[in-house]
Amino acid sequence: MDSYFSILFTEVYKILFLLVPVLVSVAMIVWLDRRVWAFVQKRRGPNVVGPFGLFQSLADALKYIFKEIIIPASSNKFVFVLAPVVTMTLALISWAVIPFGEDFVLADINVGILYLFAVSSLGVYGIIMGGWASNSKYPFLGAIRSAAQMVSYEVSIGVIIINVLLCVGSLNLSDIVMAQQNLWFVIPLFPMFVIFFISALAETNRPPFDLPEAEAELVAGYQTEYSGMMYAMFWLGEYANILLMCAIGSVLFLGGWLSPIDIFPFNAIPGPFWLIFKILFLFILFALVKATVPRYRYDQLMKLGWKIFLPFSLFYVVLTSSFLLYFDLLPGK
Amino acid sequence: MIAHSVFFYIFSLIAIVSAVMVTVSKNTVHSVFFLILDFISISCLFIMIGAEFLGMIMLIVYVGAVAVLFLFVVMMLNVAEQKGQWFSSRWDGGTHIPVGLLVSLIIFFELIIVIGGWKYKPDLLNSLSINISTEVTNTRSIGNVLYTDYILLFQISGMILLVAMIGAIVLTYRERAGVKRQSYVKQISRERNEGVDLIEAEKNKGVKIDA
Repeated sequence: MDSYFSILFTEVYKILFLLVPVLVSVAMIVWLDRRVWAFVQKRRGPNVVGPFGLFQSLADALKYIFKEIIIPASSNKFVFVLAPVVTMTLALISWAVIPFGEDFVLADINVGILYLFAVSSLGVYGIIMGGWASNSKYPFLGAIRSAAQMVSYEVSIGVIIINVLLCVGSLNLSDIVMAQQNLWFVIPLFPMFVIFFISALAETNRPPFDLPEAEAELVAGYQTEYSGMMYAMFWLGEYANILLMCAIGSVLFLGGWLSPIDIFPFNAIPGPFWLIFKILFLFILFALVKATVPRYRYDQLMKLGWKIFLPFSLFYVVLTSSFLLYFDLLPGK
Repeated sequence: MIAHSVFFYIFSLIAIVSAVMVTVSKNTVHSVFFLILDFISISCLFIMIGAEFLGMIMLIVYVGAVAVLFLFVVMMLNVAEQKGQWFSSRWDGGTHIPVGLLVSLIIFFELIIVIGGWKYKPDLLNSLSINISTEVTNTRSIGNVLYTDYILLFQISGMILLVAMIGAIVLTYRERAGVKRQSYVKQISRERNEGVDLIEAEKNKGVKIDA
């Protein structure tokens, strides 16, 4: 019994060691997003609270904590409160399988990539529950849009993951990184990387695919009725999901914790830092896209997902597998 | 081992209670939420017996796709609003009870056949045509039998699903009049001399433009 509790405590310690940095970096990433967005538009962005405005997100969080939580009278109260909790929880539990280095991962499970895919497909529920429980038109429309969008783009992300898995021969995320020791998958699978990046934008409801919260049409989409800490939880969950998508992108295509070239000044930097650099690089791309690209129309969004991305990535699966078969490069023999 | 059985009972209890709640709860959307909870706890049970691949596929397919469609349909049809007229206020004389009884009896007998087989011939479990190896991961072992021994069944089920999908599209598709489709080629190949028309407008009369 004693050993059981000691195992439990080490696990809790490990989980806190992972989650606290994730939450802090989510706060920082919001600041970075606003800063990049401002610089593109020749503004300064948040620069008042703390050095370079670094504490802006903390100040915002403090404001949200002290705001009143309003629960609409005609809402379905239990589901209304549950929705932000679901979003936040699902955004955080996915980090358990992301490998930050060799043997530096919370849960090194065999079906790591399937776990990530399953959790991200559950992410729809936070949004649907929030939109439905608010019992109001704008949130409901936003939730329907968002759910349709996420389900559509998940299909193409699934097919892209199949492309990577064909080259690896394992569903374990550490194996996926180790398979890229000689060549990052971004080089042979470059079109898939581009499609993954765009699908990740759509999956996380980022601009130019932020139709679920298109302010001109739907106020704030599924979050319209939320206030105070519950709104902040939706918002934290959203940014944690964006960060997670960047992490998945760097594990699948940019070689995870591996350094770009295996020579002295580069391989002296520890693996976790390389992963963080890659996540930051992808995130700054996300922010630049937000600052430069106008919003898509809904039918264009659906057309892009189903008629362009899905056929193309299916074609690429056939291409990859025939290439691997012809040159006898199939893994796992 | 104690922790294992504790978790087993927790998940089974949640699964059974939420399965009952699916049929009992009056709000249809709540029913779907309980169905999702049921799926999740069953996939947890799958993972506990070591079938991690099946558990994850259960989550991805049933929770991530099928239940979302259920929710869509239920929300769109506004069944929740019609609950008074459908469920509580009007007793339909029990016309659905015989059908329900028949279905549940069939399922009950099927279960008896399967479990009875295990009970009276325990070596039935060991006489499977394929050896299940514990060394390779179960993703790999499923792949090994699915794409070799059972390739025909796999392909046939895929074809059936494809036919069902095409059938659903054919049944629901209808040509709508007056839809203005966007043609990128047309938009891009438009030039100034065909797009811009200079018209001499007379004072106080206006002009007529054919759109």
